[in-house]
Amino acid sequence: MWKTILRRLLIMIPQLLILSLLVFVLAKMMPGDPFTGQINPNMDAKTIAHLKQELGLNDPVWVQYTRWVGDLFHGNLGQSYTQHVSVLSLISDRAVNTFWLSLLTTILTYALAIPMGISAGRHQDEWQDQTIQIFNYFTFAIPGFVFYILGLWLFGFTLGWFPISGSVSASAHGFWGVVGSRLYHMILPAILYALITTTSIVQYLRTGIVDNKVEDYVRTARSKGVPENVVFNKHILRNSMLPIAAFMGTTITGLLGGSMIIETVFSYPGMGKLFLDSISQRDYSTLTALILLFGILTLIGNLLSDIIMSLIDPRIRVK
Amino acid sequence: MAKEKKQNNAKTAKASLPPSGLKVVWREIWKDKVARLAFFVIVAILLLTFVGSLFLNQGKITEMNVLDSYYGWGQNGHLLGTDDGGRDILNLLIMGGRNSILIGLSVTLITEIVGLVVGLVSGYYGGTIDAIIMRIVDFIQVLPQLPIIIVLTTTINNYNAFTLVLLIAMFGWTTTARYYRSFILSQRGRDYVLASKTSGSSDFTIMFREVLPNITSMIIIDVVLTIAGNIGIETTLSFIGYGLPSTTPSLGTLIGYANDPVNVINRPWLWLPATIMLLLISLSINYIGRALQRAGDARQREN
Repeated sequence: MWKTILRRLLIMIPQLLILSLLVFVLAKMMPGDPFTGQINPNMDAKTIAHLKQELGLNDPVWVQYTRWVGDLFHGNLGQSYTQHVSVLSLISDRAVNTFWLSLLTTILTYALAIPMGISAGRHQDEWQDQTIQIFNYFTFAIPGFVFYILGLWLFGFTLGWFPISGSVSASAHGFWGVVGSRLYHMILPAILYALITTTSIVQYLRTGIVDNKVEDYVRTARSKGVPENVVFNKHILRNSMLPIAAFMGTTITGLLGGSMIIETVFSYPGMGKLFLDSISQRDYSTLTALILLFGILTLIGNLLSDIIMSLIDPRIRVK
Repeated sequence: MAKEKKQNNAKTAKASLPPSGLKVVWREIWKDKVARLAFFVIVAILLLTFVGSLFLNQGKITEMNVLDSYYGWGQNGHLLGTDDGGRDILNLLIMGGRNSILIGLSVTLITEIVGLVVGLVSGYYGGTIDAIIMRIVDFIQVLPQLPIIIVLTTTINNYNAFTLVLLIAMFGWTTTARYYRSFILSQRGRDYVLASKTSGSSDFTIMFREVLPNITSMIIIDVVLTIAGNIGIETTLSFIGYGLPSTTPSLGTLIGYANDPVNVINRPWLWLPATIMLLLISLSINYIGRALQRAGDARQREN
């Protein structure tokens, strides 16, 4: 098993390398340089050229690339072009918000998807299954942002049950006040986001149960006289949960990186919103760092999923 | 003589198989009342947007006239009101609906062709070729798709609708390739493939003349569902402001008016019609796709 994990980790090295190259190329394509937004208009062209030379902007591209990667390892992501703070501090402020939203969304997703999947699989073709299938059809077919806009319109504006933007209200004070306000702001986006995310988990779980039901080992258990409940919980369910557990890795990082739309609709100050703000403000140093971060997060998510899968399913381990 | 006749029979049977499959699929949709309704909704939207846009001039309907801004429902001859620039929402809706559908179709055309060829080659040959192709596919799929497309839309010179199609397709073909590959893998050990190989057919013939017709219904299902997905991606991008250029109307841009809280409550005519149209498009196409899938599954069970 360690062999599998080690091998999987080794695959990540070229992936990271290509990702960093790709992001570097993207960064080079973007207009602007580290002085954008910092240069005093009185500075003459010669000083600027000198500064550029000093920072190595005239060096060969591969030298710049290795320096950039070296800086990354030291946690130096550069200065924001527009905000006069380091990119790292800008991102970490927002990352906290995205982290909490993703965490709550993940919990809600699994809390909703697992019972739905089990019920649909267990009562295949009965009314429970049909209801869940219809629900699933809606969450799959409707584009996420339409779903969010309609949810915001109905529960945020029309009914006024939830706040329509922000993460913590300014008037909240005290530990519990802040926690409460945070939760109150997160609950609507998290529910909407979770409902959209449940689709594939429900579908996988249902298919798993339906397929496992007719397997030989289930028939054997039944013919041995194992009670139906035990057959379902111990045999069918356990085997059907495997892919769901493996989904965990990609779900979490997918939510972290893919929260752009929900954060836009709810004006939630997270990383996705920061990304779009940076684009419109042409803050290219922040953009580059964010793309790299999103990329690394997805790579880690896939790594986690593969490792979880190999831990729980001995069949896919490398011999 | 008898032998020849038999051969002929076999030939016609073989030739008529895919169309009869299609017919079964079509009958299956027609039997399902909701699918029939979905089909009519799609036809109605296609007629409205494609025929309607024949009478419109894109340059003219996107022209600004601030004096006419923010008319409500039905005011001053504007059935669905006007936006901040005095543009008629109904015209934008027709044009935007057509553009969003066209983008969805174009992206699907590219991703299906590329994905199908790559999937066929990868699944049919297997081994090293398959391993290399799948590594590339894997890598593209773990890239943060939306952020990269957004950055490219802002950095590419001469950015237009066609570039947007290419950008979306750049990522989209991987899903399609993976989908077909897994199916071809299960086909390549089948008797008809092996028999054809033994009798000396070239790989090309086997892949495109023999395996391909066997997956017609899979292709139809995938095309239908992918169109819906791609319309979703384009409208999402336009919604956050990085899809179609601002001079080209899109359903996403119209729904994007809802990003302003004032519009959400006070000016629903700006974003609600486009939202409803996109909902109808997505729900109908997906329903048809699902009905096809069910029909396909039923057919597989029978075999």
